[in-house]
Amino acid sequence: MLYFSKWKTIAVLALCALGVLFALPNVLPQSVRDAYPSWFPARTIVLGLDLQGGSQLLLEVDANALRRSRADALREDVRRALREARIGTTSIALNGQTVAATLRDPSQLDLALEKLRPLAAPQTQSLFGGAGPAEAEIASRDGNVVTATLSEQAIQARVRGAVDQSLKIVDRRVNETGTVEPSIQRQGADRILLQVPGLQDPQRLKAILGQVAKLEFRLVDLSMPPEQAAAGRPPEGSEVLQEERGGQIAPILIEKRVMVSGEDLTDAQATFSSQDRQPVVSFKFNTKGAREFSAATQANVGKPFAIVLDNKVISAPRINEPITGGQGQISGNFTVESANDLAVLLRAGALPAPLTVIEERTVGPGLGQDSITAGTRATWYAAIFVVIFMFATYGVFGFIANIALVVHVIFIFALMSLLGATLTLPGIAGIVLTIGTAVDSNVLIYERIREEFRSGRSMVSSIEAGFKHAFAVIIDSNSTMAIAAIILFLLGSGPVRGFAVVFLLGIVTTVITAVTMTRMMIALWYRRTRPTTLPF
Amino acid sequence: MRLIRIFPDDSKFRFTRWRALSFPFSAAISVLTLVLFLTVGLNFGIDFTGGTLIEMQAKAGHADIGAVREAAHSFEVGEVEAQEFGQGGQISLRFRTQPGGEQAQSALVSRARETFEKDFEIRRVETVGPRVSGELVQSGTLGVVLSIVAVLGYLWFRFELNLAIGAVIGTLHDIVLTVGFFLITQEEFNMTSIAAILTIVGYSLNETVVVFDRTRELLRKYKNLPTEELLDLSINHTMSRTVMTATTTALSLLALVLFGGQAIQGFANVMLFGVVICTYSAIFVSSPMLIYLGVTTSTRAAADDKADAAAKAASLSKPGAA
Repeated sequence: MLYFSKWKTIAVLALCALGVLFALPNVLPQSVRDAYPSWFPARTIVLGLDLQGGSQLLLEVDANALRRSRADALREDVRRALREARIGTTSIALNGQTVAATLRDPSQLDLALEKLRPLAAPQTQSLFGGAGPAEAEIASRDGNVVTATLSEQAIQARVRGAVDQSLKIVDRRVNETGTVEPSIQRQGADRILLQVPGLQDPQRLKAILGQVAKLEFRLVDLSMPPEQAAAGRPPEGSEVLQEERGGQIAPILIEKRVMVSGEDLTDAQATFSSQDRQPVVSFKFNTKGAREFSAATQANVGKPFAIVLDNKVISAPRINEPITGGQGQISGNFTVESANDLAVLLRAGALPAPLTVIEERTVGPGLGQDSITAGTRATWYAAIFVVIFMFATYGVFGFIANIALVVHVIFIFALMSLLGATLTLPGIAGIVLTIGTAVDSNVLIYERIREEFRSGRSMVSSIEAGFKHAFAVIIDSNSTMAIAAIILFLLGSGPVRGFAVVFLLGIVTTVITAVTMTRMMIALWYRRTRPTTLPF
Repeated sequence: MRLIRIFPDDSKFRFTRWRALSFPFSAAISVLTLVLFLTVGLNFGIDFTGGTLIEMQAKAGHADIGAVREAAHSFEVGEVEAQEFGQGGQISLRFRTQPGGEQAQSALVSRARETFEKDFEIRRVETVGPRVSGELVQSGTLGVVLSIVAVLGYLWFRFELNLAIGAVIGTLHDIVLTVGFFLITQEEFNMTSIAAILTIVGYSLNETVVVFDRTRELLRKYKNLPTEELLDLSINHTMSRTVMTATTTALSLLALVLFGGQAIQGFANVMLFGVVICTYSAIFVSSPMLIYLGVTTSTRAAADDKADAAAKAASLSKPGAA
């Protein structure tokens, strides 16, 4: 019997009303949406960067650099532990993640193993907050070699931690540059996706994110001319770094020991020096930093110290008097912009590992606007073509299918707004495509009704049978499409994923509109007109 | 009012006989695709090769492609592909990944900006690193393979193994021909193309499933009909729907081709081609394939079982009728 219960009708109409309600904000101006009561759905679809224009950077935390620096640190730890225990070695070699120390006296092997044992203690936290994996594995071989091998789990834990910290620092740096509405997301194990709507040239952003910004105050080693140290072997505990002086790169010998590091800064600002009006960066230390800096400068009055950023010496001024106020200035060939950038970097803090831009996509506002215009036009034309064709083929039934089609498109917009999904250019293509495929469910039902009617059934029973028999094939044919769409969603990224979302939502809404809404409208139509023959 | 009817009612076309033509035709095209794939190769976009893509629009409305090409060559950054597209002086430049990591790519982009900014509006800049492009190749391939396996599983579960295999052969055929389309047109093959292929996979199966669903239904009705006639009947029964859906889908894609703008044109062209191919293969490839895969034994038995089970379920749900 062709019957559509009252409460079902109400449910369908309520669903439509909800659809309209959620889709509506997308066509309303901002001012109207602002005037909405707070509980009213005011979310709109987010436009992808390919439509609104902007820049997207995919950054990768350099896990290998982290690995290398951990291995270097382990070698230093081994060296120090053995030296403090007065255990002589002929060599301490680093091979991959393994430090191997060859002992001068094999009888000290057990002592050496015992002294290295503390290096194995966990230093990271596990995923659940407890103690993490052992930091290193201590072993011996050949009777006179002790080895310490970094554990892979500990490195992984460090990479995880580094990505978390990098996220925070990227966020701070990007915000410090005054960037509007950036979106910063973690992606995969070691990547960060940064999207900045409206940004047309990401060069400056890349420059700011490309620096680790590790700031150190270290003493200059005057025990040997830097040229000689660079040519031969620098003294123990010192290293040769580069300094730019008057447009020339010169070597400079710097102690490895760090007096104070950038971690102890509380503020940094770009200003102008009071003496020569050159751009400088002024900074403030926290209490600990101020105390240490004061002590170090007091002990080294008259000597030069170096301000080292990412292993490059920015400047190496002489300590004329102890600096006790906990603040100071960094000068050195800055432009206004570079002083500003350095201040941003120092305020945001150092990255735990270098970041590399591995993918960059920038779309200008002109192209985005063109895409929206063309996409909207294509959507309208597609709808008009299909609506005319359906009406010309199925008459009243076509009209009903067309109403369902309009509701289907409204539902897509409503669901996307509700989910906060991103509409991309391929997403628009997805909408256009579903306009063509959405009527398929209706076509399946109508053709079936027609067949049933032609085989001699009555109108009512043909319509009933049409819906009933078409249902299984609607489910099967849409499921295969949905499988492809789901896989595309899982594997795709960015714009392509936007297409998958639209296509998937479209499949769901077309099934719903075809089997409920069309059925309801046909039932109503039948009750009104009581036809004896099909209109097509 | 007279309504349109594209396909006649009560048709009795012997569609499967056309396999004498369609099989060799499809085989020949597939072989041609393979040959082209090995000789000419796909025109991979930077998604898959890595490198830098710059799209720009001449402010004057028309561009001297020769001058642009010359300027780009003067960067001395290896092979440069400069192409004019659309109307009104739109130019795309494609550079290979430069040796020297991130800085080298940035330097290239800065240099291109400086050179062309005066006369052109820079509309799109994309740089894809080699690691990312490698991963995209991987996930693209994985996606296509996975979708076929998943659909094979679904159809096996819902229908029968030989029907599932028939449908998947048709789908593979459609994928091969779509790749052939990319080879012949030398349309850029990128991540959007993978999306197009996966959509075609979905659409191709959609078309086939509707025919096979009817085959399964008719099996219950006409238990002793020869496979060929059974398949012809199924195709004839579903033909008007096939034509309708292909038409509406093609109409909407046509709108996309004509009005969707240059950025989506490639996708729209491929999809339009795909709809035609999928419709052809559902009728002339997957369905006649069942003649060889055998629809007679296990499928018929399964159809019986399902019919019995359905009857049983129906009688159980209405205890009064038993």
